[in-house]
Amino acid sequence: MSEHPFAITLDAGSSRDNRTGSWRVERPIYVDRMPPCNDACPAGENIQRWLYHAEAGAYEAAWRGLVEDNPLPAICGRVCFHPCEAACNRGKVDEAVGIRAVERFLGDAAIAHGWRLPERAPATGRRVLVVGSGPSGLSAAYHLARAGHEVVVREAAPRPGGMLRYGIPKYRLPREVIDAEISAIEDLGVEIRCDAGVADIASAMAEGAFDAAYLVLGAQLSHRVQVPAADSARLLDALAFLAGTEAAEPVAIGRRVVVYGGGDTAMDAARSAKRLGATDAVIVYRRNRRKMPAHADLVEEALAEGVTVRWMSTISRVEKDKVLVEKMELDSAGFPQPTGEFTNLDADCVILALGQDADLAPLAALEGVEVRDGLVVVDAQMMTGHSGVFAGGDMVPAERTVTVAVGHGKRAARNIDRWLRGETGGPPPRHELASIETLNTWYYADAGRTVQPELEAQRRQTGFEEVVGGLDEPNALFEARRCLSCGNCFECDNCYGVCPDNAVSKLGPGERYVFDYDYCKGCGICVAECPCGAIVMVPELI
Amino acid sequence: MTEQTSSYCQVGSFAVGNRLVDPHLRTVQSDRLRPNALTSGHRACQGCGEALGARFVLDAAMAATDRQLIVVNATGCLEVFSTPYPETAWQVAWMHSLFGNTAAVATGVAAALKVRGDTATRVIAQAGDGGTVDIGFGCLSGMFERNDDVLFVCYDNQAYMNTGVQRSASTPAAARTATTEARGREPGNAFGQGKNLPALAVAHEIPYVATASVAYLHDLEAKVGRAMELHGARYLHVLVPCPLGWGAASRDTIRLARLACETGLFPLFEAAHGEILSATPIRHREPVEAYLRPQRRFAHLFADPPRTDDIARIQAIADRNIGRFDLLGERAGKGSR
Ligand SMILES: Cc1cc2nc3c(=O)[nH]c(=O)nc-3n(C[C@H](O)[C@H](O)[C@H](O)COP(=O)(O)OP(=O)(O)OC[C@H]3O[C@@H](n4cnc5c(N)ncnc54)[C@H](O)[C@@H]3O)c2cc1C
Ligand SMILES: Cc1ncc(C[n+]2csc(CCOP(=O)(O)OP(=O)(O)O)c2C)c(N)n1
Ligand code: SF4
Ligand code: SF4
Ligand code: SF4
Ligand code: SF4
Ligand SMILES: [Mg+2]
Repeated sequence: MSEHPFAITLDAGSSRDNRTGSWRVERPIYVDRMPPCNDACPAGENIQRWLYHAEAGAYEAAWRGLVEDNPLPAICGRVCFHPCEAACNRGKVDEAVGIRAVERFLGDAAIAHGWRLPERAPATGRRVLVVGSGPSGLSAAYHLARAGHEVVVREAAPRPGGMLRYGIPKYRLPREVIDAEISAIEDLGVEIRCDAGVADIASAMAEGAFDAAYLVLGAQLSHRVQVPAADSARLLDALAFLAGTEAAEPVAIGRRVVVYGGGDTAMDAARSAKRLGATDAVIVYRRNRRKMPAHADLVEEALAEGVTVRWMSTISRVEKDKVLVEKMELDSAGFPQPTGEFTNLDADCVILALGQDADLAPLAALEGVEVRDGLVVVDAQMMTGHSGVFAGGDMVPAERTVTVAVGHGKRAARNIDRWLRGETGGPPPRHELASIETLNTWYYADAGRTVQPELEAQRRQTGFEEVVGGLDEPNALFEARRCLSCGNCFECDNCYGVCPDNAVSKLGPGERYVFDYDYCKGCGICVAECPCGAIVMVPELI
Repeated sequence: MTEQTSSYCQVGSFAVGNRLVDPHLRTVQSDRLRPNALTSGHRACQGCGEALGARFVLDAAMAATDRQLIVVNATGCLEVFSTPYPETAWQVAWMHSLFGNTAAVATGVAAALKVRGDTATRVIAQAGDGGTVDIGFGCLSGMFERNDDVLFVCYDNQAYMNTGVQRSASTPAAARTATTEARGREPGNAFGQGKNLPALAVAHEIPYVATASVAYLHDLEAKVGRAMELHGARYLHVLVPCPLGWGAASRDTIRLARLACETGLFPLFEAAHGEILSATPIRHREPVEAYLRPQRRFAHLFADPPRTDDIARIQAIADRNIGRFDLLGERAGKGSR
């Protein structure tokens, strides 16, 4: 006889005997998608990942994540044109995350705390020559050294940094920042030889017994345009002028300065002229503001400092103390055409900022290198037509920015490493993009972007002090926490909490979650309620 | 949200958990060791809001009472899908009553505990909207009137789901059910009928009345917590979408529970002793259409020609709630976006 009470014949069993997973026709799986910021970063930073550490106040871990890809965060955190922010999904919710400002905060923190770059891999015994110590050369040298190769950087100028030092002015990039990040790379054992220009790459490689080379000569030659000028006219070249501001005795420019050109260099030349005592700094540019190649931030900062611009104008002739300016108009194809209307503009000196060309003479003896439109042609691995010789930065066809140069350096270093090891095959396939449609943005708390402090107007007219200030720690933390963590789990516990069938197990901090397919019915709620789009449904194979 | 913490933490307190906030500010549901009062293997449909709501409420109540809890359950989906003899999905002391007498049975359990001098063990009665608003209302009103020491929880899926989606007095206007077909001049459930049970509970002037939604977990858990701090008759009315009865995708359960609140159709509020104390403001207001469209029970409103008149009447209901409960925080002067 059973021991059960009256009318009871069976013991109570648990519903867990009933494997409801068999109902399922689709199953949820965890994925990592490519956040749009990472996708857009020219240096290939894993921004979402380093922000994830910064959100928790783990700044050193965040910086370590950052320098996996880019050894120059304090520099890029100041001068990068932040395409990541233009792509940031939060920009479609309220305002983009201030990624660059947090990057700068981390770079500055590393300098302040003396955090050291990661150790090198065991020596490979292979030698790589890097020609040029601009951002691209520095980036490549760092990644090559980490891979265990012996790196020698040869630089023609007296100090390393390329356009970081001799182009971009101090008020945007203080020299202590450049020095600190370069010396951190040197501390890894990278040798940078200054005043050591390479006249012939082929013989330099042979003499130093180098196994490979990365050429990053930049674009150092100011583009020459024939502007008719009187003998007494004072014409300066923008690059020489900007490099001269680094010297103890800057070039004399007078009080009324005209800058000819519409790029970033023109902006910096005009702003530097103001700081050196010019009362008027007028930019003459042949097209309109929308077509101006200079980056919008820089144009705005220049205008805020009292620089003025003559849009739709060209210089026809330069005299001793004036220039003759011709008004232009756009034709139906959008090209500026002369109108025959002239005006005079007072000018003690004219600074020409009409673009830069690469000096490729040192490559002349290298067989197989293809040059097109004055630029060196490279393949997807950044290799020139000469096996073992790679090139990047401003001297190859690409956008000319610091971060693109840094990205080229990384890519070249990784491919040089593969080439030296005789490996083939490209990088792993990229994850699918975490577009805004894959997110459930309801969950994110409303929060506007933090504003970086700016130097007061008066001090921006008189000296080379840094204009844009950094974020303090509470603001950097706040800004990091505005990140939506697009496409990558940030452990919000939603999937664990919203499953009506308890079919999600939480593994604990940093360990993420797993589905229990014995019970998951495949309803898809976890997918719909994941804020960051890190879960997808896939058909069940029956 | 009333439970928002002051320092900004990415998802604030809207998500279930948040690695960036203090553990005590996270939900019971985010806890790896949560009680799971209703465990896996139950036979609720995919994406059942009622199964989810019951776990949310009972886990919070177990956390608040140190797991000293007895639950009395009316007939309905929640009972049928959880306990096909001899299996049970309940990991809490649980008993089934009948369809209509749950409040009375719970009153009896509370009385028995009192007789035994057990002051630690607390009692919850739970039922669907049919078992609460319709057949169970006589017993419930008596329980309120006597101020018996029971928290009564109604899981409102707005129809008699277990028997095939018949209309209840909680079915919204215009909704199609098996007994309010989408035909004739006034398709679906009639306008101007039905009972507003939270309002009726407030009218009984009992110690605590609140509404909650499975889309607002922090709010729901806080309300259960407050209810368990009090004694006497308490009432919690939880909106739990039913994918089957509403004709909605199973993945949309929480989305619909959220839209019901963000449109103003289901106001979230708290009341005590006959007075409304507070309402949860809408964060991102939505038009009722956003809520109605994904549900097949309202499909006839969007047929050719669309029932723009009915949609406007439903919008008017939402607008009235927004005004009544100040859901946009206008009177409170807080503003919302
Ligand atoms: C005024 C100005 C402002 C700019 N502002 C910005 C900005 O705000 N943000 C931004 O992203 N980008 C900016 N840029 C662009 C950016 O500076 C360049 O795209 C970037 O520096 C290119 O890096 P690189 O390493 O290719 O070359 P470079 O920085 O030009 O470095 C090349 C180096 O190679 C050396 N070299 C050349 N030939 C030889 C040789 N034969 N032997 C040895 N060494 C040699 C040069 O001396 C130089 O140091 C600016 C550029 C200018 C001119
Ligand atoms: C007295 C009585 N009448 C009818 C039924 C049949 N019945 C069982 S569940 C149910 C409907 C339950 O509806 P509701 O309370 O809203 O719960 P739901 O199933 O929707 O969760 C009905 C009519 C019954 N069990 N007892
Ligand atoms: S929200 Fe965060 S992860 Fe998403 S794009 Fe912006 S910075 Fe990247
Ligand atoms: S919520 Fe639960 S049952 Fe639904 S798909 Fe996700 S894991 Fe499966
Ligand atoms: S819902 Fe939250 S915890 Fe789950 S995968 Fe998405 S981010 Fe991670
Ligand atoms: S019919 Fe509705 S309430 Fe009943 S189990 Fe299915 S989803 Fe849940
Ligand atoms: Mg019901």
